[in-house]
Amino acid sequence: MPRKTMIEAIRDGMDVMMERDDNVVVFGEDVGFFGGVFRATQGLQAKYGKSRCFDTPISELGIVGTAVGMAAYGLRPCVEIQFADYMYPAYDQIVSEAARLRYRSNGQFTCPLVVRMPTGGGIFGGQTHSQSPEALFTHVAGLKTVMPSNPSDAKGLLIAAIEDPDPVIFLEPKRLYNGPFDGHHDRPVTPWSKHELGEVADGHYAIPLGKAAIRRAGTAVTVLAYGTMVYVAEAAAAETGIDAEIIDLRSLVPLDLETIEASVRKTGRCVIVHEATLTSGFGGELSALVQEACFYHLEAPITRVAGWDTPYPHAQEWDYFPGPARVGEALLRAMEQ
Amino acid sequence: MAVAARKANKSTPIKNPARKAVPNSPQFDKDQDLAAYREMLLIRRFEEKSGQMYGMGLIGGFCHLYIGQEAVVVGMQLTTQPGDEVITGYRDHGHMLACGMEAKGVMAELTGRRGGLSKGKGGSMHMFSKEKNFYGGHGIVGAQVSLGTGIAFANRYRQNGNVCLTYFGDGAANQGQVYESFNMAQLWKLPVVYIIENNRYAMGTSVNRASAQTDFSKRGVSFGIPGEQVDGMDIRAVYAAGQRAVEHARSGKGPYILEMQTYRYRGHSMSDPAKYRTKDEVTRMREEHDPIEQVRRRLLESWKLSEDELKAIDSKVREIVNEAAEFATHDPEPDPSELYTDILLEAH
Ligand SMILES: Cc1ncc(C[n+]2csc(CCOP(=O)(O)OP(=O)(O)O)c2C)c(N)n1
Ligand SMILES: [Mg+2]
Repeated sequence: MPRKTMIEAIRDGMDVMMERDDNVVVFGEDVGFFGGVFRATQGLQAKYGKSRCFDTPISELGIVGTAVGMAAYGLRPCVEIQFADYMYPAYDQIVSEAARLRYRSNGQFTCPLVVRMPTGGGIFGGQTHSQSPEALFTHVAGLKTVMPSNPSDAKGLLIAAIEDPDPVIFLEPKRLYNGPFDGHHDRPVTPWSKHELGEVADGHYAIPLGKAAIRRAGTAVTVLAYGTMVYVAEAAAAETGIDAEIIDLRSLVPLDLETIEASVRKTGRCVIVHEATLTSGFGGELSALVQEACFYHLEAPITRVAGWDTPYPHAQEWDYFPGPARVGEALLRAMEQ
Repeated sequence: MAVAARKANKSTPIKNPARKAVPNSPQFDKDQDLAAYREMLLIRRFEEKSGQMYGMGLIGGFCHLYIGQEAVVVGMQLTTQPGDEVITGYRDHGHMLACGMEAKGVMAELTGRRGGLSKGKGGSMHMFSKEKNFYGGHGIVGAQVSLGTGIAFANRYRQNGNVCLTYFGDGAANQGQVYESFNMAQLWKLPVVYIIENNRYAMGTSVNRASAQTDFSKRGVSFGIPGEQVDGMDIRAVYAAGQRAVEHARSGKGPYILEMQTYRYRGHSMSDPAKYRTKDEVTRMREEHDPIEQVRRRLLESWKLSEDELKAIDSKVREIVNEAAEFATHDPEPDPSELYTDILLEAH
């Protein structure tokens, strides 16, 4: 199977869908002529023409707002917000329009829209280029929120997102674009070409939204993670020697509670890891769900490892980033009880 | 005046890189030219050094250089009086130096050190100085336009006679909040000058691929805000137009728009392959329109300065920049406790 970077896989996903369905249009800032700042749309304008892959002005609200209108009509826009941190001007359109159109019109109008956003830190981007805003979307009824952790999933989930009848927020951990980053920022990253999850099947395939993947089977403790934190958790398990079962959620809404529940019932312990800030983060929701579903199976308190409750720092990036040492400590603590 | 200037520039020379200086650009006297030269050179050398330090890995993350655009901020700064405020986006090093902020503090912020103007919290895009009335340094494109409008509101509210210079790019000019701000500013007659630094590109997107109206001086027409297109490579033209704009705003007539036609020589940020324009275009701008070279020539030809005298200025400027670089390289990193400070007043 050909190996691809995560960017190539995402591009492939859009390419496959543009080829199959002329309702699919792709646009955003620098997306057309330039091919996107991360190169996700490179070549799509040349292949499909300017009417299907194009540049927009710097206007996030305009990008999402017009996309909602297109989707209401029946097109399937797949738009890019250049960095998730630029999403806020568009948040009104995402929450008040995209998420509510089906409900508001009694299902007469729907919003089959995908909003792609490079997300997360580890690239020295500071406060305006590093955020992980997933909880701002999972909190909104009427949205689906997805975050892949590898090229193979990225393509399959993106295709599923484009085919989905409802709006999907597609968060791409940009630190993973080139390889599986485990938080050891002082070591070179293995490129996807040397990783089995870099294998991306040709053509069309969809990975259903709401199905988690077990990245490491184990018996001692369940780790719930997504995006970059999947690899940080793997490193932490390897470094502490704890037989953790690492679940890559892949999609936060809908959530694969079944897989989570089965694992926690087996291990009796649960550590939740995300890069976003702790307070009101998605970890709080996961913790509540695990507690409700598995209370009598738990042998230790559920713990969360997350970004500190601060803006994303510039100079102190690695003090903020929940790396393998912090995750490892949480694993050890969970095992103590 | 404004209307006349607009009419004179009816056909926007966006596609023609050879923008001619307005023939009747008001002259600078020797002292003005000298000051302009020194200030612009400081920004140029500072930015060149930043680029080098970025290449050496001393600066990380995002870093946007102002090289090529120096005449805009230096010329505008000449029109201000003490108390006037400045706010801009992320291409902000030049604005800070022009506001009189210390090169050391700016450079140390780029390297993320404790002596940086934001103690390493902000990086290249986020620095401030209450003392110099510099309100930042903002990484979110267009956001500063609303903030600048609010600062102008405060000026009017306090009747302090100050004007807020609000800078943004040709790309930022397409954000919706710019027009919400324009409307408020004119409705409430706020003392704000909107300076649109049209360097023809927003990242890799040229103006004509993103803008229906490429004459940015007309962007306030529906609100009745006067505007002018200005040769932003000629500091004298910047100064003259800036004076008209600032005077208009200060006298209570409301906002004013200046489209500064300028050019950035370097990539958008340090990681820009710049495939969206030809080398030739860049070379032509540098060779035919360089804002510093224009002043240099006047200093040599009209004011009869010697090459040695100019060299002396250059080495003074280099001294400041080298000292800043030295400081920014050796200043310690922030104390770990800084991770939790300045989030709210009380630590949590
Ligand atoms: C809200 C928002 N959208 C997008 C970006 C990404 N971005 C940063 S700079 C830039 C181009 C801005 O161009 P322009 O306003 O012309 O300023 P210039 O860089 O030319 O000085 C873009 C798209 C951002 N920082 N914030
Ligand atoms: Mg620009």
